[in-house]
Amino acid sequence: MKMSTRRSRGEKEKRANAASPGLPLRKRIKWDLAIMVFSATALFALSIIFQEKGEKAVNISWEFFKEMAFMLPAVLLLMGLFGVWVDRRMVVKYLGEGSGIGGLLLAILLGTLPTGPLYIAFPLAGMLLKKGARVANVMIFLSAWACIKLPLELMELRFLGWEFTVLRLGLTVALIIPMGLLAEAFYRRGPKAEARHAEAEL
Amino acid sequence: MSPTAIAINSFVGICLILSLFKDKEKTKAAVFIAWNALKRLAPSVLAVIAVIGLIVGFIPPKWIASSIGSESGIVGVVVAALLGSVLFIPAIIAFPLARSLLDLGAGVMAMAAFITTLTMIGFVFLPVEIKEMGKRFAFLRNGLSMAVAVIIAVIMGVVLG
Repeated sequence: MKMSTRRSRGEKEKRANAASPGLPLRKRIKWDLAIMVFSATALFALSIIFQEKGEKAVNISWEFFKEMAFMLPAVLLLMGLFGVWVDRRMVVKYLGEGSGIGGLLLAILLGTLPTGPLYIAFPLAGMLLKKGARVANVMIFLSAWACIKLPLELMELRFLGWEFTVLRLGLTVALIIPMGLLAEAFYRRGPKAEARHAEAEL
Repeated sequence: MSPTAIAINSFVGICLILSLFKDKEKTKAAVFIAWNALKRLAPSVLAVIAVIGLIVGFIPPKWIASSIGSESGIVGVVVAALLGSVLFIPAIIAFPLARSLLDLGAGVMAMAAFITTLTMIGFVFLPVEIKEMGKRFAFLRNGLSMAVAVIIAVIMGVVLG
């Protein structure tokens, strides 16, 4: 990824919008702002009306603000580093290969790399599915992409503790493999899939 | 600053220095990506911080305990799982939110369900998913994810609760 000038940044934004159909970037940002203004106003208004409870509320918010100020830049920097050092095309290349148990584990591993939000993963996964990648692999890849992001796990570790984090991650990895295989079995059984197979045989 | 936060910051600092050593341009690009992400996330982060204050200060803990507390059982899990699938909160700020709810008496089971469905299921993304993957795949993935989330939640609740 190149450092961009003003002009190429515009182009990049266009591309980002093309990659996320149905999710107008600007609209989302405005919603964020609206909710922020609303909740901040509510917090301060209520704190002024109910002094005692308000003091507690503002204190808690301030504590969390300090925590986030320490954590957020670090986590985002780590995601940025992953973004420039791990090529998304590499991820797709490896996912297309391997359909045994190694392929399933690889799908999880590739999914945990923070290479973008879920709506970027859909076009990638869709393309793989059309190219004939194993359904279980694609399903597992998407699930891992959705719920395990390595830098985000630092956030989970900080706020929810290692027991919660390790257990949740372990269970997730252990469960998305059977989930992928089950989904594949259901997927193949569908009438549409049969029609497709018949078509392919002709 | 907690020990975990210090460890995490040191780790990222080392990664950054290594990256800078290897390729200056790429590292600059990484910092640029992080800065953009920070700008994009800032409003949601601040909103959630204010919401945490509101919840802790003004919602009676009794309500939280009875709706998603450990005594609420499977009902609390289902409520949390549904909330997680409908809401559109970046995972990065869901963790502090879950922490504050846990402190107020929410159950581990419900919070595990909330975080898992929040990340795995996105009703906001469903149209995109259907378009790219087909209806069958999208419904299978979201439906099974819901089941997986509930299983994860129940096991976690039993082990940690």
